[in-house]
Amino acid sequence: MSGFGGFLLRRAVGAVITLLAISVLVYVVFYATPGNVAQITCGPRCSPEQVRQVAEQLKLDDPLYLRYWHFLVGLIAGQDYSTGTSVAHCSAPCLGLSYQSDQQVLDIILTKLPVSLSLVLGAMVLWLILGVGTGVLSAWRRGRFTERLLTGLTLAGWATPVFVIGLVLMIVVCGELQLLPFPQYVNLTDDPEQWAWNLLLPWLSLALIEAAAFARMTRASMLETLAEDHIRTFRAYGVAERTIVVRHALRGALAPVIALNANNVGSAIGGAVLTETLFGLPGIGQELVHAVNVVDLPVVVGMVLVIGFFVVLANAVADVLYAVADRRVVLT
Amino acid sequence: MSLVQVTDLTVEFGDLKAVGGLSFTLEQGAALALVGESGSGKSTVASALLGLHNGTGARVGGSIQVAGTAVHEASDDELRRLRGAKAAMVFQDPLSSLDPYYAIGDQIAEVYRVHTRVSRRAARARAVEVLDRVGIPDAQRRSRSRPHEFSGGMRQRALIAMALACEPDLLIADEPTTALDVTVQAQILDLLHTLREETGMGLLLVTHDVGVAAESVDEVLVMRHGRVVEHGPVADVLGSPAEEYTRDLLAAVPRVDARRAARENASSDPGAQDAQDVVLEATGLRREFGRGKGAFAAVDDVSLTIRRGETLGVVGESGSGKTTLGRMLVGLLEPTTGEVRYEGHARVGVNPAVQMVFQDPVSSLNPRRSVGESIADPIRARGERDEKRIRGRVTELLERVGLEGAHYDRYPHEFSGGQRQRVGIARALAADPRVIVCDEPVSALDVTTQAQVVALLGELQRELGLALVFVAHDLAVVRQVSDRVAVMRRGRIVESGPADEVYDNPQDPYTKQLLAAVPALDPQVAARRRAARRELAAA
Repeated sequence: MSGFGGFLLRRAVGAVITLLAISVLVYVVFYATPGNVAQITCGPRCSPEQVRQVAEQLKLDDPLYLRYWHFLVGLIAGQDYSTGTSVAHCSAPCLGLSYQSDQQVLDIILTKLPVSLSLVLGAMVLWLILGVGTGVLSAWRRGRFTERLLTGLTLAGWATPVFVIGLVLMIVVCGELQLLPFPQYVNLTDDPEQWAWNLLLPWLSLALIEAAAFARMTRASMLETLAEDHIRTFRAYGVAERTIVVRHALRGALAPVIALNANNVGSAIGGAVLTETLFGLPGIGQELVHAVNVVDLPVVVGMVLVIGFFVVLANAVADVLYAVADRRVVLT
Repeated sequence: MSLVQVTDLTVEFGDLKAVGGLSFTLEQGAALALVGESGSGKSTVASALLGLHNGTGARVGGSIQVAGTAVHEASDDELRRLRGAKAAMVFQDPLSSLDPYYAIGDQIAEVYRVHTRVSRRAARARAVEVLDRVGIPDAQRRSRSRPHEFSGGMRQRALIAMALACEPDLLIADEPTTALDVTVQAQILDLLHTLREETGMGLLLVTHDVGVAAESVDEVLVMRHGRVVEHGPVADVLGSPAEEYTRDLLAAVPRVDARRAARENASSDPGAQDAQDVVLEATGLRREFGRGKGAFAAVDDVSLTIRRGETLGVVGESGSGKTTLGRMLVGLLEPTTGEVRYEGHARVGVNPAVQMVFQDPVSSLNPRRSVGESIADPIRARGERDEKRIRGRVTELLERVGLEGAHYDRYPHEFSGGQRQRVGIARALAADPRVIVCDEPVSALDVTTQAQVVALLGELQRELGLALVFVAHDLAVVRQVSDRVAVMRRGRIVESGPADEVYDNPQDPYTKQLLAAVPALDPQVAARRRAARRELAAA
């Protein structure tokens, strides 16, 4: 196989293997975790008899490999679950039922994912504009006052925790100035305008932190490219410094920026817990933390798989972008 | 008014005075070469002519007039109007000197549009025109290629095309052929010569290679430590140099037409050799790289023998497979088919009796370990554990290659290029080898250093009875060191035999072509050869 189709196929196969490996790992880790899962699931006031029932219902006493086998079967063929009084069918791809709520894990993911995607993709646009812009500006104005100012600002941004920025933004913009109401998540499909207005502050606070890393990375990468021989060629032919920076140096400096972006988008989908918590966004990160606390294994596995999927996807997109940016790169 | 007038130029980088009090003039349409070894300040002068030191922290003093612009006091805007339009520069390494992300035609068009108010389309047309002018075949189509799709010679042509785009009065060429093979070098030098005849532009050529200068200019300025050593018409300076340094420099330049100095060693006499003398023998060596459709044979059916105490020169252009061959002889690479026999026995893996000296003395030594430790590696690898004996042996080796025992604890960056190559040789000797394969051992060195390293190798060979395989692209150097020579092309040996026979009476057309391309030190000979090449090309 060769060409773009072959690349996609190889990537897809690789992704499936990676995700299966992740799921095995999560199962093993949770199996080894101390604590009585049935007791936690049932609640503190359950009698030993009730706890036993829960353990039986959730098949907690089965050996690890059998539980993982059931998970795989459910994923491929679907599964029926007894909820005590009735039987619920969960069709393929079935990630199981939550121990806590008896809801299907897939349904939980599908309600949380749009929130996380809205937050991260919106913030990404902002952090790329802010970060790359700042990086380019400080590389162009290297050694001057502008650069020192920008370097100071980005370092400050990098060092500030997201909840400090977020809180300050909320207090100033929503509290003191009353320019915006306190954020509350609105679905994009329900009201696009409100969706954007309500996400503006979360976007900003996530983006400001991330932009700092991008600014540093872009600046370093630009300075490296600016020292290359082909830049000297264009200087020696009277091309203006601004054109050299924007047209020639930026293009050469993009590769590490693309790589960093793929990484950060992928991990922010499940990892923007602080931002989600601060602004009350019911996203993947928040749900994952909750599920880990109550040892809700099916939800944790499902969430981790979704996050893993986006990390793999983001990296595949990055590889395609490399090839678009640099014709010498061949996708394999 | 002169095209270039430099008066009392000084350039300082921090505490380092790169150029001190240099003056020269270049008339309209004339050609001048700045010749010197590395660190002589010649490239610094070239950059100063275009004001390229502005903003780098270098301090430039004196006055520079180029094509009516006072470079030393010009504003950024004035400098931009000069650069590329009135004075254009061609750089050394054509691979890194073009932007890898854009089509070559677009890059030339971009430069053209900086200096002329024309449409994109007209600039693009101009790019195709100049590419065609410098001999890029099918220029219209190739102008859409990116630099990595061009060969080294074509990239250098493309850079020259960029320089021609605005019809400058002055062309500054900084080591324009140093990264190129000798046959390609000849083509590029001929191209520069033709363009100069046709356009009447002035040429300032910066080079370390006296032969390249002799081929291309009317006047030579020899530089050393940032100062002028000698300046005059090319025939005078090269023919009867007045200064001692110029004489030393010329004496160090290996001549392709001079026979190797006679040696007292008897083994250079071909009659005295018998089969017992063969230390290393390769039969039917073939090495493929890549798989499936992408596979190609870097070395294809090469057989050779190396006898005790002799030097076999392996000469070829880049991509001829000479390095791959060298690595297989040492055992660093396994041949796909064929075998290497050492003293009659087939060997698998690395053989301590066959050692290697590498091309780049900078990257082939670990910068974080002292040179003594690097030299001690092969000794330790053989199981020696007594620190005192190891140190004693390394000290002995350091002294043997002309360094001091006290250098044991120094690090590679504290040494010059030539000294580092001596360290590399000491490391090869540490394993008590019978054969040393030298892969381009002197190509990164200045001519005077080169001569010293070559002399050292010869001395070691005589004293230790070493057999040497000398792999190099430089035909003249190979002749100076070799008893026998093998000429490689595309993985095969096209001609081999005693050195003088191959050089004085080449049989293979490729060998002839190679020898014809070597720059001659005598300007008159150079002119005759150029005429001969032209005739050959026209026929």
